[in-house]
Amino acid sequence: MADAPGNVTDLWSPLRAATSARVGLGRSGDAQPLRAVLEFQQAHAKARDAVHLPLDVDALTAELGPHRVVQVESAAADRSTYLRRPDLGRRLDEASAEALDAEEKGFDVVFVIGDGLSATAVQTHAAALLHAAVERLGGLSVGPVVVARQARVALGDEVGERLKAKLVAVLIGERPGLSVAESLGVYLTFDPRRGRRDSERNCISNVHRLGGLSYALAADKLAWLAREALRLGLTGVKLKDDVDLLAAAAGSPALEGG
Amino acid sequence: MTAYRCDLGGERYAFDDLKTVLAKASPRRSGDELAGLAAETDAERIAARYVLADLPLKVFLDEALVPYEDDEVTRLIIDGRDADAFRPIAHLTVGGFRDWLLGHEADGEALAAVSPGLTPEMVAAVSKLMRNQDLIAVARKRRVVTAFRTTLGLPGRLGSRLQPNHPTDDLRGIAVSVLDGLLYGVGDAVIGINPATDNVPNAIALMEMLDALRQSYDIPAQTCVLTHVTNAIEIMNRRAPVDLVFQSVAGSEAANRGFGVDLAVLKEAHEAALALQRGTVGQNVMYFETGQGAALSADAHHGVDQQTMEARAYAVARAFDPMIVNTVVGFIGPEYLYDGKQIIRAGLEDHFCGKLLGLPMGCDVCYTNHAEADQDDMDGLMTLLTVAGCTFLIAVPGADDVMLNYQSLSFHDLLYLRATMGVKAAPEFEAWLERMGMVGPEGRINELTLSDPRMSRLLDQTRRVA
Repeated sequence: MADAPGNVTDLWSPLRAATSARVGLGRSGDAQPLRAVLEFQQAHAKARDAVHLPLDVDALTAELGPHRVVQVESAAADRSTYLRRPDLGRRLDEASAEALDAEEKGFDVVFVIGDGLSATAVQTHAAALLHAAVERLGGLSVGPVVVARQARVALGDEVGERLKAKLVAVLIGERPGLSVAESLGVYLTFDPRRGRRDSERNCISNVHRLGGLSYALAADKLAWLAREALRLGLTGVKLKDDVDLLAAAAGSPALEGG
Repeated sequence: MTAYRCDLGGERYAFDDLKTVLAKASPRRSGDELAGLAAETDAERIAARYVLADLPLKVFLDEALVPYEDDEVTRLIIDGRDADAFRPIAHLTVGGFRDWLLGHEADGEALAAVSPGLTPEMVAAVSKLMRNQDLIAVARKRRVVTAFRTTLGLPGRLGSRLQPNHPTDDLRGIAVSVLDGLLYGVGDAVIGINPATDNVPNAIALMEMLDALRQSYDIPAQTCVLTHVTNAIEIMNRRAPVDLVFQSVAGSEAANRGFGVDLAVLKEAHEAALALQRGTVGQNVMYFETGQGAALSADAHHGVDQQTMEARAYAVARAFDPMIVNTVVGFIGPEYLYDGKQIIRAGLEDHFCGKLLGLPMGCDVCYTNHAEADQDDMDGLMTLLTVAGCTFLIAVPGADDVMLNYQSLSFHDLLYLRATMGVKAAPEFEAWLERMGMVGPEGRINELTLSDPRMSRLLDQTRRVA
């Protein structure tokens, strides 16, 4: 497995700095050199693992302490069903719905942590971001942390509705790419109830450590949006329109986890 | 009314209406299952195909799947159909049409002659009775030639879109990817950027950079920034260099509304682009993208299966004489096309249906990381599509689109297809490659080394432009 010839490497190295695209790979005949093929396969494997490896709920629960955790499942029974049936990932299964109905109700903010399309992202970033966010929400009542498996973004609507939350914040794994397989997204929805549209949410995307949004900055945004949402009584396009600065800093468009 | 029934293997199967027959006759795919339209069992699927095979083609003229009154795409299809062109096949059943298409008498000329008489529903219907090899064999006969600065669709040619996307639209980063692609002889169909930020000033900056690159290399190719059609109209008003006008389209009025377009705005853009007269060897100025599942994801599918809705999008495209059309076949995700098998089948169906309706049909052979697919599946689909005479394929550096976060083909893949299938780029572009000294023995693309003066010239120009 030889490197590309020295002169080709030298030629491309200053150009590569301009883009993360896989340029100047060199050739073996007409094909990609083996090194490039294996690097690509490794990145794809990481992305696939992010989609398919199950969320370790016990480990996450331990990291979330001292917050109390309620575990729920969506109506998608397994990963294959989850991927085929986004509608099932947006609903709770019966046992989870009953469990939530038995909980105390009425909070300013309820956090839902859902695996989405990258359990790796959730495992890596969710607890740290949650702690940073709660620190910034002094004076607001925060409900138990709901950890959801096989979850889409809109699952938070049903959770928030059942817990009678004014605002639900869903922390969820975004669709993995080859360059970043562990990117977390946050979706805020005021007055959550089933049937909310995506245009009624605010999103903070690209929370990760490979040039993405830091926990501190993401938590700042989240806290600011949460207080504004409670003050104005809304989330979505109308809230975002007032926050040019935040929208601009949020970077590239959301990679929908749900 | 259950007019659609058949007895098969000791069971009676009945279907409520025409669109149910079509949906249940479709090869299994996750999008139709998500919509609740798919056959319940494999046996029911085949029963639906028996029923479909015996229906007269004319049934699609009598029964609109999406109501004429509610939908401008249906009105476009019905009102724009050429009844004379349909006459030679008017007596056929859907099954008979399949046999007719495969017959030796149905050569390219005969297929072209019936194109204006066909509706997308007829084409979708017959595709459901065709195996993959049938879709390939018939599509291969139907060449559709279009031109702007290059001529696409000629026999023995395979075009390519060079897609140099960048996560922040960095001009230098994009120029580097363009250079990379040109070194593999890619880009004769279009050099086209999906902007990360879709607004007018950003699109103009990208267009001006691409146009300067094109002129400094003296490349016979067309460029495109895939911005919304309303932006393109505004950009043309501001006299920025627009070669091809891009828009995503779908198969119903409501789905197109979801994309923020209707036929009137497409017409306005088409006329504005024609008025620029920027083409040198032709004036096909539109670039459309489509993909199965677009209508369902907009909840605008009217209970019709996703492949038939996709074919209806081609009726929208053909009204504007496009330079290129491509299905973004695996981009939409596993809830519509679950795995490599479903993506490959859909790619071949889309190419066949587009060609039969007279479109310069290409394909973005691609998948997302949550689909059950990998580059091996893409190797299969790109090879099959090249055999089928596909107009063009999309390629990005190393098959990894770092802006849209999905996998397409790599520039290398075009070299492989060129070498194994003996296909070449468009004649104008091929002549440019030869002028650049990039075409080697047996039509292969040379690998340039650093010491090669042609390489340093290309590099210098890249640095100057960006």
